[in-house]
Amino acid sequence: MLEIKDLNVWYGGIHAVKDASMSIKRGEIVTLIGANGAGKSSTIRSIAGLVKGAKGAVTYTARDGERVSLLGRPPEVMVKLGISLSPEGRRILPQLTVEENLVLGAYSRSDGDGISRDMEYGYALFPRLKERRNQKGGTLSGGEQQMLAVARALMSHPDLLMLDEPSLGLAPILVSEVFEVIREINREGRTILLVEQNAFAALKIAHKAYVLEVGNITLEGTGADLLENPKVKEAYLGG
Amino acid sequence: MNLNLFMQHFINALGLGSLYGLIAIGYTMVYGILRLINFAHGDIFMLGAYFVFFATIQYKLPWALGLAIAVVGATLCGLLVDRIAYRPLRDAPRISALISAIGVSFFIENISIVIFSGMPRPVVQPPSLMQAFSLGGVRLVPLALMVPAISFVLVAALLWMVYRTKPGLAMRSISYDIETTRLMGVSVDRIIALTFAIGSALAAVAGIMWALRYPRVEPLMGIMPGFKAFIAAVFGGIGSIPGAMLGGLSLGFVEIMSVAFFPNLSGFKDAFAFILLIAILLIKPTGLMGEKLEDKI
Repeated sequence: MLEIKDLNVWYGGIHAVKDASMSIKRGEIVTLIGANGAGKSSTIRSIAGLVKGAKGAVTYTARDGERVSLLGRPPEVMVKLGISLSPEGRRILPQLTVEENLVLGAYSRSDGDGISRDMEYGYALFPRLKERRNQKGGTLSGGEQQMLAVARALMSHPDLLMLDEPSLGLAPILVSEVFEVIREINREGRTILLVEQNAFAALKIAHKAYVLEVGNITLEGTGADLLENPKVKEAYLGG
Repeated sequence: MNLNLFMQHFINALGLGSLYGLIAIGYTMVYGILRLINFAHGDIFMLGAYFVFFATIQYKLPWALGLAIAVVGATLCGLLVDRIAYRPLRDAPRISALISAIGVSFFIENISIVIFSGMPRPVVQPPSLMQAFSLGGVRLVPLALMVPAISFVLVAALLWMVYRTKPGLAMRSISYDIETTRLMGVSVDRIIALTFAIGSALAAVAGIMWALRYPRVEPLMGIMPGFKAFIAAVFGGIGSIPGAMLGGLSLGFVEIMSVAFFPNLSGFKDAFAFILLIAILLIKPTGLMGEKLEDKI
């Protein structure tokens, strides 16, 4: 579904991603783990069209089989292609209500029925959002904001859902709740690219995983393999 | 001062204030979205007035057609300013866009002097708007009531658009967080262009009504109303549309009433606007209805 070949990204003069290659198959959960500043966000942000001047080849195969080169296209085109990013730090629009945040997520669509179906789907995944639908986004707790960010990213009805650090700043109990939902979303047929510092939680649910270290992909394998890998254990799983 | 005279001043202030408000909306919307003070906004107001002057007085077109030409023409000019002077600088430091704004403003003013000549030209008011009548003892002309009425209708329509439609939702969203709004699939440049179009159209309407009220046009007529409308936007709370209207009305009332009650201070009429600006910046820097706007990364 997504082929990344020799991706290079520069971020404020720093060569943040160096010749990274990855591949994501339809229906998988793929995770990209690594320390702070390893280039995870730069990778995912260049797929979403937020980074200017990324080099390499990122080829996306849409649902109808059409192959599209992604680099250099603006985010609104990515959304139309079926790619959606829930950004790091959740980035809820604090002055808009929960429902308005969701409506905004469906901005690229005009199928009213589909939009309300997806909104109900989001509310079913996170019932707490439904209770707070008329509350301003800024009044939600961190966990609720993360739920809203995921639900909002689903509102464009993406084929590929990208999540940037969904566990950031969440209590452990909420982390497992959010990851359970990610798994659930995947079971319904959506491909997921998950960027995480919480390697343990991410590897547990991932079909495939890549380890990024100072801009280089140093390891790849199935989630289960990497969980057992001694290097990964030492560096990311606390020995 | 008797009540009738006061009512006359009141209507007068309402008219002037709502014109300031209409112009201020353009400043406040662009600032809310781009954190840019669009100095050329007052000049778009002037162009609106000139376009209607040329269409109806020079070329003798019917008023309705002239109004449409003026609003569309000024809107296109506003879009052009964004496209040429601001959009290429979207990722540049904000000071660059600000300097570009000042440059564009000087450019429009001076090219207008070249094309339209610097001479003020009289605007012939349609007689139907000037037929004085008496309302409970207050002498009025239809124009005096039309100005605030049209202004309020336009503001109501704008508020509906901003709070009840999808492009309005995108506008509010961009003013908080451009990048996230793009991730939602919003074509940000298109929404920004829409913002400039709306602001310019409102400025053009204000320019037309201004030209009818003080029946003349001249190339620098946009500078002072532009400054004052900007003050109104800051006073009301920059970024807030109701605030812009409230600020405009406050300014209109301060200006008219100060002269009405203290005629010997009439020479200081323009100074009151700036005193109001200094006062609000000292007491409540976010303005009457403003919230603190985050600096954007």
